[in-house]
Amino acid sequence: MTEQYHHIKLPEGSIEKQTTTLNVGPTHPATHGVFQNIMELDGERIVSTESTVGYIHRAFEKIAERRPLYQITPLTDRLNYCSSPINNMGWHLTCEKLLGVETPKRVDYLRIIIMELARISDHLICNSIVGVDTGAYTGFLYVMQYRELIYEIYEEVCGSRLTTNIGRIGGFERNFTNTAFTKLEKFLKEYPSVLKEFENLFTRNRIFMERTIGGGAISAERALNYGFTGPNLRAAGVDYDVRVHTPYSSYGDFDFTIPVGKTGDNYDRFLVRNEEMWQSLNIIQQAYQKIQEFKGAEAEVFHANVPEYYLPEKKDVYTKMEALIWHFKIIMGEVDMPKGEVYSSVEGGNGELGFYLISDGGRAPFRLHFRRPCFIYYQAYAELVSGGMLSDAIVTMSSLNLIAGEMDA
Amino acid sequence: MALTNEKIQQRLTEKFGEGFFTFEESYGMLDMEAPKEHNLKVLQFLFDDAELNFKFLTDLCAVNYPDLPGRELAVVYHLHNLQDNVRIRFKVFTDITAPDIYTASKLFSAANWMERETYDFYGVNFVGHPNLKRVLNVDEMDYFPMRKEYPLEDQTRVDKDDDMFGR
Repeated sequence: MTEQYHHIKLPEGSIEKQTTTLNVGPTHPATHGVFQNIMELDGERIVSTESTVGYIHRAFEKIAERRPLYQITPLTDRLNYCSSPINNMGWHLTCEKLLGVETPKRVDYLRIIIMELARISDHLICNSIVGVDTGAYTGFLYVMQYRELIYEIYEEVCGSRLTTNIGRIGGFERNFTNTAFTKLEKFLKEYPSVLKEFENLFTRNRIFMERTIGGGAISAERALNYGFTGPNLRAAGVDYDVRVHTPYSSYGDFDFTIPVGKTGDNYDRFLVRNEEMWQSLNIIQQAYQKIQEFKGAEAEVFHANVPEYYLPEKKDVYTKMEALIWHFKIIMGEVDMPKGEVYSSVEGGNGELGFYLISDGGRAPFRLHFRRPCFIYYQAYAELVSGGMLSDAIVTMSSLNLIAGEMDA
Repeated sequence: MALTNEKIQQRLTEKFGEGFFTFEESYGMLDMEAPKEHNLKVLQFLFDDAELNFKFLTDLCAVNYPDLPGRELAVVYHLHNLQDNVRIRFKVFTDITAPDIYTASKLFSAANWMERETYDFYGVNFVGHPNLKRVLNVDEMDYFPMRKEYPLEDQTRVDKDDDMFGR
């Protein structure tokens, strides 16, 4: 080193250091969300990594402590925004459990259709993003058209697409329109061939297999200890699914299988999600059939008969005395909820989405805690990727289906 | 034979003695409370016992009860026995001035971040935790925002002048 560089002072020990520190994120195009990982690299191999989360923390649990139940639904939208209807339904189911509301079968089936559509759109994004990260953009662009169709169905039912705020305590805000059913039929007719083609692109694709097999693997035991749920746990070989273990919304009436993997690596996670999409399609078909079997007045039911909790339709509020009274009572906070503690969970897009609600009477929850599956399993990321290549860590991240909104609440 | 709430109560009372736990049942879920010094012993027993077999930590969070002197903070564990498909809720209460609770992160890797989150929002000090620092909030924060003593912003306040978002 020549004389002129004497003024440069390097941090102590940096010359002897054998590893490189690499900062991936918080906003990196390959992480698909706000994730920061400070990685120690030996060449291209990861020695250790430290994850930082919380960049989009919005204090939902605190805000919820001031809001009445029906105003918390839009907060749940913004958890896992790839499948917000599942979050909404999970929240409605929690409230219904606390309030002791029984929903009619038709409402349950309509909910199941929406939830399974949401699951498909969630898995679709996750799997096609895994494709993008392994270098195959085609699949991603190809399936977007069908996510669009799913969003159009949401739009028909509730008026919005991404943050859906769908349904109410006791059911839906309006009945499904004919257009919604037509779009659903179109989806059921066209989607299987698209999914088949999507599978053809990836499942036995040599490049894709080489990139994903063995990467980010976890054993069943470790996965359970890390609190994995959903497709990530099933890919490791544990057949735990909330829909089967604790059936909600009449999932018990349906015939479907729970795919499980074996190795818990990126490839198995991909396969499990793909198979789950087929199963979801199957469930939607069954539910649609069951809905068509309702006759007469039953075929028009779209909410439970619980005027004290169900916000009445606006046109009724303007024209009917009773609806006006209930509307006033609900909006002005004159309907108290019972005291109690409930924990209720649904099978969300990426695992068991739980709601722990404590009510001390009154209008707003005393405490509301969201069990966010991705916050819990993201802590395993360091273990999953260490020893592997940096480029595999990117694939692992997308294959875990990490959603920053859900993680940070 | 399937595991029932009565059976869990019986098994736990056999092991820890009468009056150790306070049992309750709400919405079908067994809700039990134990002295906070023994939280790890209870969790370990629930984990190890072949009959109880509560090997899955579903959720861990805290609750602040400002009206209960000496028991202001509760740490709530939701445990799941996946084989028999039974869930239980286990609580320990602690004084807010000395919120020390033994960490469960050795038993459940899942508890690591959940305890960090609980520390972050309620200031529960998990004794023995490998890396107890804030996880969702900024490191510089010097209070625990989910405690009831910090109310949400008054929505009618007018003293704030915000050009960007208007108020």
